[in-house]
Formats: sequence, C-alpha cells, structure tokens
Amino acid sequence: MLKKLVGASVPLLAAVTAFFFGAIMLVALGANPFEGFQAMLEGAFGSGERIATTAVRATPLILVGAGISIAFRARVINIGGESQIIAGALLSTVLALNAPDLPAILLVPLVLATGAVGGFLAGAVPGLLKAHAHVNEILSTIMLNLIMVQFMNYLLGGPLIDPLQTSAGTFIPQTERLSDNAALPTLVSGTRLHLGVPVAVLAAVAAFVLLWKTPLGFRLRAVGHNADAAKAAGINVKRHITYALAISGSFGGLAGSILVFGSEGQRMVTDGSAAGFTGSAGFNGIVAALFGGLHPLWTIPSAFLFGALLTGAVQLQRVLQVPASLAVTINGIVVLFVISSAKLRGYIEGRIADRVTESEEPPDDPGPLADVAIGSLDDPIQNPIDSSDGVV
Amino acid sequence: MGDFFTASVLVATIASGVRLATPYLLAGLGETIGQKSGVLNLGVDGVMQLSAFFAYYTVLKTGNLWYGSLAAIGVGLVMGLIYAVITIEFEATQGISGIGIFILGLGLSDLLFRELVGTPKPIRRLPSVDIPLLSDIPKVGEALFQHNLLTYTAFVFVPLSVLLLSRTTFGLNVRAVGENPHAADSLGVSVERTRYAAILIGNAMAGLAGAALVLGLGIFQPNLTQGLGFIAVALVYFGSWRPAGVMAGALLYGMVNATVLQWKALNIIPVSGSVLANMAPAVITIVALAFLARRGSAPAALSQPFSRH
Repeated sequence: MLKKLVGASVPLLAAVTAFFFGAIMLVALGANPFEGFQAMLEGAFGSGERIATTAVRATPLILVGAGISIAFRARVINIGGESQIIAGALLSTVLALNAPDLPAILLVPLVLATGAVGGFLAGAVPGLLKAHAHVNEILSTIMLNLIMVQFMNYLLGGPLIDPLQTSAGTFIPQTERLSDNAALPTLVSGTRLHLGVPVAVLAAVAAFVLLWKTPLGFRLRAVGHNADAAKAAGINVKRHITYALAISGSFGGLAGSILVFGSEGQRMVTDGSAAGFTGSAGFNGIVAALFGGLHPLWTIPSAFLFGALLTGAVQLQRVLQVPASLAVTINGIVVLFVISSAKLRGYIEGRIADRVTESEEPPDDPGPLADVAIGSLDDPIQNPIDSSDGVV
Repeated sequence: MGDFFTASVLVATIASGVRLATPYLLAGLGETIGQKSGVLNLGVDGVMQLSAFFAYYTVLKTGNLWYGSLAAIGVGLVMGLIYAVITIEFEATQGISGIGIFILGLGLSDLLFRELVGTPKPIRRLPSVDIPLLSDIPKVGEALFQHNLLTYTAFVFVPLSVLLLSRTTFGLNVRAVGENPHAADSLGVSVERTRYAAILIGNAMAGLAGAALVLGLGIFQPNLTQGLGFIAVALVYFGSWRPAGVMAGALLYGMVNATVLQWKALNIIPVSGSVLANMAPAVITIVALAFLARRGSAPAALSQPFSRH
C-alpha cells in the first residue's frame, strides 16, 4: 500500500510542479499568480452555471481520454483524437440532416451512436494500416487529423453548407441549424449541463468494464502486455490492434456528436482549423488520460481538472487579460512533467519494494480498483511502441 | 488547364514549389539526424511554431532578418535541450514526450503572440538572392536560382548531412547509437552525449525551419505551421532515413502545394476542390508509408530509451 501511495503521489507532484511553472508564467505576464489562480477557480467553479460549463468542457476530454486508455492498454498510441471527433461529428450531422423528423427519443440515441460509428471508422483506418501494412500508428493518426480537418472544411463549405449562407452570399462554412429533436436535452435549466456529460461518464465506466471485465478486454490487454505471448495463446494480434484503435476512436467519435448536439448553436461550424471545432480535445484528452494513469475511471476526475483549467483560463483572460492559451501551455508542461516522473516513480517504488516484504503487495492484480491509483503508469507507457516491427 | 501548361506558369510553379519545400526540408533533415541516433522527436511542429514566433518578433523589433534566424535557432536549441533531458535523463516515452513539446510550443507561441503582438503586423521577408551566372539561365535560373538564403541553406544541408552521417566519427557514432546503443556503449561511445548532440542539431534545424516559414511569409499567426512539422517527421520515413530521400519528399510536397495554389489562382479547380486538394500531402504520406514501411530501414533502436541496466 505504501508503495502504491508514494508511487501515485509522484505524478501528482509533477502536476503541482507544472502549475508552479504556470504561476511563474503569470508573474512573467505581469499578473499576480494568486489573483490568477483565484480567477481560474472562480471561472471554473464559482457558480452552478460555471461548474456546469466546466463539466461540459470536460466531456470530450473524458471520452477521448477513456478511448486513449483502451488503445494504450493494447500498446497502441492513438494521437488521432481530433480526426475521430471530427468524423463522429460529421457522420452524426449527416444523419440529423437526413432524418430531422424522427422523435427525440429515437434521434438523440441515434446521433450519439452514429458519432461513435464515425469515430470507430476513423480509428479503424490507422488500425488496419498498423496491423496489415506496419504503418506507425502515431504517424497515421496524425496524418488522419490533417486529412479530416480539410474534409470537414470541404463538407461544411460545400455539400453540407447552410442554404441560407449560399443564398445570402456569405458562405460561412457551417451547416443549417440541426433538428431540435437531435439536441441533447439540458439536465439543469439555466445551465449548459446536458445529457452528454452523464453519457461520457457512463462511457468511461463502460471502457473500464470492457478492459477488465470482458474477454475482449482481456485479449486487448494481453496483446498490449506481450504480443508474442498473446499470439502463442491463439489471440489474433493484428485483429486486436485494429480493434484497439477502432474502439478507442469510437469514444472520440461520440465526443464529436456530443460537441455538435450539445452546442448552443445546434449546428456544426468550422473556422478552418481542427481546434476551432474540437477545442483541441483530441490532444487535451491525451493529457487527461496520462494524468489519470491511463485508467478510464481515473480519467473522469482528471478530465474535470483539465476542463476546469480550460474554463478557468477563459475567466483569467476576462479578468486579468492573460491570454487563455496559458491553459494550453500548462497542459504541455503537465505532459512533460508527468511523463518524466515515470522513471522517478519506478525508482521510488523500487526503493520501497527493497524494504517492504514482497508478499505484502500482490503483483499487478487487475482487480476493480486495485490499480487505479493515479498515475499507474505501468507497462504500456514505458514502451508503448512495438519494438520489434511496429516502429514504421 | 491549358493555362497551367505554359512555360512561365510552370516555371513560377516550380520556383514556388522549391520555396515551399524549404521548411519541410530543414525540419526533415533535422529529424533524420535525430532519428538516426534512435530518437523520435514528434515535437518538431511545436518547436517550429515557437521558433517562428521568436523569429517574427525579433524581426518586428529589430528589423534584422539575421537576428530573427538566430533567435529561431536559439529557441530550437532550448527546446531540444528540454526534450533531450526528458527523453535521455528521465528515459520518458518519446512519442508522448514529443506531443508534450508540441502542445507546449503551440500554447506558448499563441500566448506570447497575443501578449506581445496582438494583431498581426507584416514584417520584412527574406529577399531573394540571385546566384550569379546560374540565375541568368533562361527558365531554369528563375525556377532554381532566385531564392532566399534559407532556401539555399536547406538544399546545401542535404549533402552536408550525408557527409556528417557517413563520413565523420560523429556520424558513425550517431548511427551506431541508433542501431545498437548497447554495443556502442560497450565500445566506449557515449550514448547519452551522442543523442544529446543529435537532438540539439535536429532541433536547431527545426528552429531554422520555423524561421524559413515565417520569414518567407512575412507574417505570423497562431498555429502557423498547420501540421507542417508532423509532415516533416513523416518525410523521414518517406525518405527511408536518407537525406536525399527526405529532399525528394520535401520537393514533392512543395510541388503539390505550389500546384494546388497555382490551380486555385488560375481557377482551374473550384475553391471547394482546392480545400479537398489540401488533403493531398497527408494522403500521399499515408499511402507512401503503407508502401514503404516494409523496407525496414528504420534505425533499430528508434524510440527506445537507453539505460545500462
């Protein structure tokens, strides 16, 4: 227990250090760091409405983070969150445009499911490329991000453009207002808290169940743990690598449909960049997942923390005129610190293990909450790239 | 379409292709040297964005293009040092560390731009320098020998990197450390020091690539690179870890970009078509990776942290 507690505190310490850097940057930007953090806290949690906004900002991070955790457990790295979000959003938007009159009770679940399918397909492409053509999934998912953003710009500026934009000659690349029957119902009136938030939390729980309570999850983790042994045990490694990326992608796709149908404008709109639509959730989700120790359940509070950072940064900009991109910068620093702390953690755990008798600690028991300590940065992260032949 | 196949348009397109290839080439060559030492650096795009901002800001304040380029190299070195400490000293996973560097560069360049500049103001662009005699050759001269100094630098770096990697002791060490770090270590080659040097060189070149991008455009905006740095990483795979291959890839990308721009300008393709055509570089990369991946010429220890135990 001691080993786990001490080990778990290292990534937390890394995050605290990262926030300390944030404070230094605030000073450098001429702002009082205490006022800065106070503004951020108020912006993120200052009222029920703000807490709701924080939860809404956290939603895509929960989903992308949970999806990335699945991929990581099978030892594939999914950097394609942005493309999967966009794919899910586009596919569910097309559905809503074509079936606007379905009753809400049918249409809402349908657009969410379609979003997941879109993300599944966008994840399956790099999965198949890795499994059958040995294409490094990091590169292919990044390329897919670049491809999907242009595809979104093409569709929203062309085939899917709002007819009003065409007739008015303004040509803003956005769809028409989508059917109200597809809108995610608001859960607390007066706030932006919508159905997408509990859906994301449930999806993260489902990711946990999938990984640790189902045969498929067992096989995925077996592939991640030791592909050769998994193969010898009769598991189709190629197929499960594809599954891992596709399932991981379906979470991003679900996030995409939630972004569209939980939006205030109730339409899909692009400013030409991926971040303009996704809010960089595909990357911020990686940060949340890493900080959550690549565990779907820990990704939930972790995503709330980074959702709070994002909404807090907006308030910071309003009150102290500090650009909101400070949050992005802090995110980058958090990644670097948390990833660097893995070695320190291993070292500390090793030192403790030397002193504590081994029987006290069952070795890596995949029990429900046994290894969900924050930052259980075990195997998959140490060497997530298949070293034998998966490099390219 | 006929408008495109006139001599003057073709020459202008080739010239623009060479110009557009410059940042890809500089960043790709730098990444090649890093990967040859066994280090995958996915942070190139972030390094380019931050160095592009500093180059822009320095030129905005001093008006001196050389100071701008030096500032960009300096930023590259600092970011490289951070990356080296994280991946060598802390043995952190390289893929995710690179994404951390990317996010940091993206956020910090955006933050500094909004804080220090706010609204984009144009700066001086790198002037083109005609190479004596060669630039007077009809057509060819205009296409190849009327570029700015950073473009020439990028292409001169191609043979220089070949020489560095294959003809110097340092290059030999780089390759040994990238193929079999334990063997190199047992022969007395410092894996850490060699990788530090390779990362610093690679990031300095990524910094220069950022300078080439922004000083070629004459304006900065947040997320200036639009994923260019990631394409540069892919170019290394595309070029099978050979500088000449990376150059071929960079030229291909430059030409594709230039052709799309030219077609758009001549109304050969509609605007929506040009948006679709913007997908071309990434699509070409994926297809190329799928066909080239089996060649297996990747450094054997690529992306593996080294530790003696």
